[in-house]
Amino acid sequence: MMAISCKSVTRRYANGTEALGPVDLEIREGEFVSLLGPSGCGKSTLLRIIAGLDASSTGSVAVGAHARSSRGIGFVFQEPTLMPWACVRDNVRLPLRLTGDDSPAGRTRVDELLGRVGLREFAEAYPRELSGGMRMRASLARALVTDPDILLLDEPFAALDEITRFRLNDDLLTLWRDLRKTVVFVTHSVFESVFLSQRVIVMTARPGRIFTEHRIDAPEPRDESFRTSAPYAGFCREVSALLGQASVADGGRVA
Amino acid sequence: MMGQDREPARAMSQPDRPLPKTLRVLLPVIVFALLMGIWEATVRLRGIPPYILPAPSLIVQTLVKDWGILFASLLTTLRSTLEGFLAAVVGGVGLALLFSRARWVEDAFLPYAVILQVTPVIAIAPLLLVYLPQHLAVVACAWIVAFFPVLSNTLLGLKSVDRNLAGLFTLYDASPAQKLWWLRLPSALPYIMGGLRIAGGLSLIGAVVAEIAAGSAGSGSGLAFRIAEAGYRLDIPRMFAALALLSAAGIVIYAGLSAASYLVLRHWHESAMEGD
Repeated sequence: MMAISCKSVTRRYANGTEALGPVDLEIREGEFVSLLGPSGCGKSTLLRIIAGLDASSTGSVAVGAHARSSRGIGFVFQEPTLMPWACVRDNVRLPLRLTGDDSPAGRTRVDELLGRVGLREFAEAYPRELSGGMRMRASLARALVTDPDILLLDEPFAALDEITRFRLNDDLLTLWRDLRKTVVFVTHSVFESVFLSQRVIVMTARPGRIFTEHRIDAPEPRDESFRTSAPYAGFCREVSALLGQASVADGGRVA
Repeated sequence: MMGQDREPARAMSQPDRPLPKTLRVLLPVIVFALLMGIWEATVRLRGIPPYILPAPSLIVQTLVKDWGILFASLLTTLRSTLEGFLAAVVGGVGLALLFSRARWVEDAFLPYAVILQVTPVIAIAPLLLVYLPQHLAVVACAWIVAFFPVLSNTLLGLKSVDRNLAGLFTLYDASPAQKLWWLRLPSALPYIMGGLRIAGGLSLIGAVVAEIAAGSAGSGSGLAFRIAEAGYRLDIPRMFAALALLSAAGIVIYAGLSAASYLVLRHWHESAMEGD
């Protein structure tokens, strides 16, 4: 059963620029997939099209039945994108309120997720009182609060320092292992994509197409020791080489 | 010698160090006292007659002596100001919401809001007094000058909603009402509060302008009318006393709206943060 399937998806901007595609992509339920590509290759656009935040120009995107409901997809943006006027708890609770869920179970879930991302003591704090990493954790908790089938992340940790990024990578893997969501993770970091995913989709420069994909057949659960292992270094070398080829491939033309 | 040279150099290297809080409050008070002192001394030493320039002490005496009539007039003016201000808030925010619904509404009506704003209100006031009952004309003047900053600030605020936050609301199928109350209005709030702070002072100006226009027609009861009336009678001290009351009213309005803005935004907006 496919969680997400894209068929010949393209995106052309109003000014005629071809931003994306055509892209064919199938993602299995419970899979962790990274979209890796150079800046401006349209990988974020593809993610937004899957989420329904952008429309494709041609082609179609199909998601599983539950994911089609308003609560079926969680999205984490590049910025934490929290409401500055609301405390952390209200920010995490927002998707529940928007979908009309005022149940005690929902409120329990908010607190449980705050605990999971280590923000229990900061539930009443306002976003500006938090560090960048903590804001991102709040954003993660918010994306998970409706218990979606699919979690889409758009370079969520790109603006964070490396130590914080590593820690959030670990946390994300733990969440994925526990909750078994289908995860699509957009990144321009080879290391991040190798560390996190089961499958890395390498995209070409604009217009973004799928150049190739690479399986990361590393044992799970992955933790800090994987980051320093020889297989990890090997995967990184292979994926880097593919990304290098992809950025000059550009659908037949040389970029 | 060298030690002396170094002192001013170091002082100049930190020109913007904030003053201690007590001094920051005290400083304008000291300046005020100083100016009043100079004024008082000049009037007394030069023997300037009160119908040319009354001394501050005489103005205070007049304020006390005429308190009954001046305070009643102040209340009249404040009432018009408040009504004009509230109408400006409702009208400004309401029009902005209407304008933001559809681009063509803004294109069609914004120019008229601008025309109303750029036409000097002192020129509109006599006309309004012809067509409207006096109190209503005064309120209308206050509204005309005060609504535009609310309108333009609110419009700007409604347009500065975070794009991704808006995307998030779309993702969860938020209703238009949810988007309005939980996203667009809170996003616009810092801008709206900025508009209100400007509008508060302007509605006082609008009310006073209309009262002056009404006063020159020989009727009215507001504080500005008292100024005009006292002017005809060459009662200069009372003119100054009424003016002092108007200034005080303006200061209180501004301070009150600033405090309201701080209370509303203190948790989250940069403008309301304590400098640290």
